[in-house]
This record gives sequence, structure tokens and C-alpha cells, in this order.
Amino acid sequence: MTLAHRIIPCLDTDGERVVKGVNFVSLRDAGDPPALAARYNAEGADELVVLDIAASRDRRPTFLETIRRVAAELAIPLTAGGGIRTLPDARAVVQAGADKVTVNTAAVERPKLVSELSREFGAQAVVLAIDAKRNAERWEVMVRGGRDSTGLDAVAWAQEGVSLGAGEILLTSVDRDGTQSGFDVALTAAIARTVTVPVIASGGAKLPEHFAEIFTEGSADAALAASIFHDRVQPISALKAFLHARGVEVRYPC
Amino acid sequence: MNVTLIDYGVCNVTSVERALQKLDAVTMRTTTQDGIARAKALVLPGVGHYAALIRALNEHGLRKPLLDAIGSGVPFLGICLGLQALYDSSEEAPDLPGLKLLPGEVRALPTHVKLPHMGWNQLRPVRSSQLLEGIPADAYFYFAHSYAAIAPNGDADAVATCVHGAEFVAVLQRKNICAVQFHPEKSGAAGSRLLQNFLRLAE
Repeated sequence: MTLAHRIIPCLDTDGERVVKGVNFVSLRDAGDPPALAARYNAEGADELVVLDIAASRDRRPTFLETIRRVAAELAIPLTAGGGIRTLPDARAVVQAGADKVTVNTAAVERPKLVSELSREFGAQAVVLAIDAKRNAERWEVMVRGGRDSTGLDAVAWAQEGVSLGAGEILLTSVDRDGTQSGFDVALTAAIARTVTVPVIASGGAKLPEHFAEIFTEGSADAALAASIFHDRVQPISALKAFLHARGVEVRYPC
Repeated sequence: MNVTLIDYGVCNVTSVERALQKLDAVTMRTTTQDGIARAKALVLPGVGHYAALIRALNEHGLRKPLLDAIGSGVPFLGICLGLQALYDSSEEAPDLPGLKLLPGEVRALPTHVKLPHMGWNQLRPVRSSQLLEGIPADAYFYFAHSYAAIAPNGDADAVATCVHGAEFVAVLQRKNICAVQFHPEKSGAAGSRLLQNFLRLAE
């Protein structure tokens, strides 16, 4: 009896529709957020993440409506983010039905935002999203959808984020995202073994073996993927059956 | 079944409300003493900081009506912070007294495990209760917390415990007082069944 490793589908949206990019670019339409949410809720997803990757200010009301419609379909936790820059931004997302908010670029630009959110909602509701890219012997924090380097060390930033009040790290490997070549085990292990909060690994998943690997060798607490679930390349129930048979603790049957 | 949700403004009650409505409960929200006094069954949801919940109860003048209602036998369900608030106090905000319906102090989970305790975990049954009826023994529930009622004096009210760094009370029942440390509204079919059991017990 231990805490189960979580399988988390992610809906990247343009506010209204689910889209999916490869290496953070070339977007294509992948479906209706509430319909996908209902499907994942029924298939045994442990949690759902909804991101507004357009995050332009005028699309904001649309995204909040999307959160409301998605939350109505779920009996599992919901994390939402993308474009959250202020405490009022986060409040709107929580009031729309999100259990947790995720912050990325805005937290790098103004780390105090993490503390403000943690004080208001509690650490369990604050997810620090880090997009990391390998540069020689270390990983650098990237912002603005993985395009710009900050020069910050990803491991150090994760630790700082936790000390500021983040209750979870959503760690995306920019190198692996969209490649379906497997999670970045070295990156994930480096951060998961350093911080005191749960780490969600993201970027590069395709095969059930990739999930088994990131939970064991990568020490991840949860793993996130998008297109392989949307496209039914990897049904969640089959993935969980595989992990359960391998002796990896998951919520199965669910 | 009519259920009144205490909406003290610092947490989202919508998901609890929706989960109860799916079970055909008629829900209403209240922030007033009168609303609590008229309730047929009460749910106190909560997540976040213990101080926020206790302060909100105090500021809205809800402490006494809540204690009166529970004292008069109105079925009560506390969720997450709603469980922690039942005890004497919490290490998270030692200066703010809890509802003192149950003895003991809510304490921080030990730091040798990852905190918050976030995700799906299983229960250890302590005794039988209508609250867990029909729920498989190996069912998972969704937790999100860093403080807990850590086996306070081998808690006589515990129905089930959970272990994350330490063993703590996950489900409790004392007469009409029911409470869970996890979030039944976020715990899929098992959570829904627990809410249904509470509704039956409250009828």
C-alpha cells in the first residue's frame, strides 16, 4: 500500500479546441476538451491537465469557459494553466473549477508569484511548470512555450520553486516533447531526487515501457502525455494494466 | 435528500456540489448562521490552509451554529480540512482553536516522504462503518494534504487509516459526525460511493 503513480492526460488548447504541437510548434486540431475529458475520466486517468497554449489575453474568457465545461465532466482532479501571470488570473481559473494552477514563464519572470499563489490556495494547488532543455552538462529553463532560454539551471530553479511554495513540479523535456522517443529519464531523476515535492514527467512518451521506465529509473511520481492518448495510440486502461502487471504501483483497476 | 454545503469563500465547493447532485441530492450553499441552523445535513469541504478555514468560520460567525447543529444530531460530513477542523487544534496554525469535537492535534506529516501527500492512495480498515459499504478494500482515493490526524491516541473514531510517512486517520465516524481526509468528489467511483453512503446514513 503506497501512493500510486499517476497517469495524466494533457489537453493543450487554443482556449477552445485541443491542439497538439511537435516540439512546441506546428499545431493541429485534436478535439473537443469536454468530450476528451469525459473519455479520460471513464478510462481511468488519475488527473487531467488543461493548458491554454495560445494564452492571448482576448481568448481568456473562452479558456475559463473551457475549464468550466471540462470540470463538469470530471470525478478526478483538474489542473489548469497557461498565461497565468497574477493572483487574480489564478483565482479566475480556480473559480472556474480547477483544483490546481500551473505557472511557468510568469514565475520565472517574477518568482514571488509562486509564493502569492501558495499563500492563497495552499502548496497542494500550485504546480510549477518547468520546460527544460539540455545544454552540455546541465539543463536550462526555457520559457515562452519552450522557445527562449533563460540561462537558469533547471534543478536549481525547481528547488527554488519548492522553497517559494510550489507543491508539485510539472517537468517537460523540450528535447523529447513530441518525439515519442521516451521520457527524459536523466532530467527527471535529477529533479525528482532533489526536490521534496512530487514530480510529473512530461515529453516524449509513446510506449508503455516509457512509463515503466520513468516511474522506476526516473523516480517520477506522475507522467503526463497528450497525443498518444488523444489519438488512441496508447489507451490509458491498457497502459495501467501493463504497469500493474510489471509491479509498478498504479490505481488499477479503477 | 437535502444537503447544505458550507461555502466560506476560500475553496471551490462546486465539485462537491456536483458530485452530490449526481447522486440525486438537492444541494444548497450557505454562508449564514440561519442556513446552518435550517440544514438537514451538512457538508464542510475544504482544501488549502487550516487557518483560512478556521478564520472564515469565525468571521462569518459560523462556529456556534455549526457546533449546535452537530450537537443536535444533524448528519455532518467534513472533507479534507473539514476533517482537520474537528480536532482541538492544528500544528499548521497553533493559535487558532479547532472545533474541539474530537480530541488531539492535527500534525505535519513527516518530511522523509514527498509532501504534499498528493495522489491516489489506499486505506487500512480499522472497523466496519456504513461509510465504506460496497467499496472494495483495495480502492484508491485522492489525497492532497501535508497535515493530518496522525493516529491520535489510536483514534477511537477512526474507520480507516492511510499511511504516507505516518499512519493517519483517513475516514472517521462518531455518531452523526463523519469525515474523510481525501477528496471523495475527486476520487472516481469509490469516492462517489462514499458520498452515496453518507447520503443514506443522513436520510
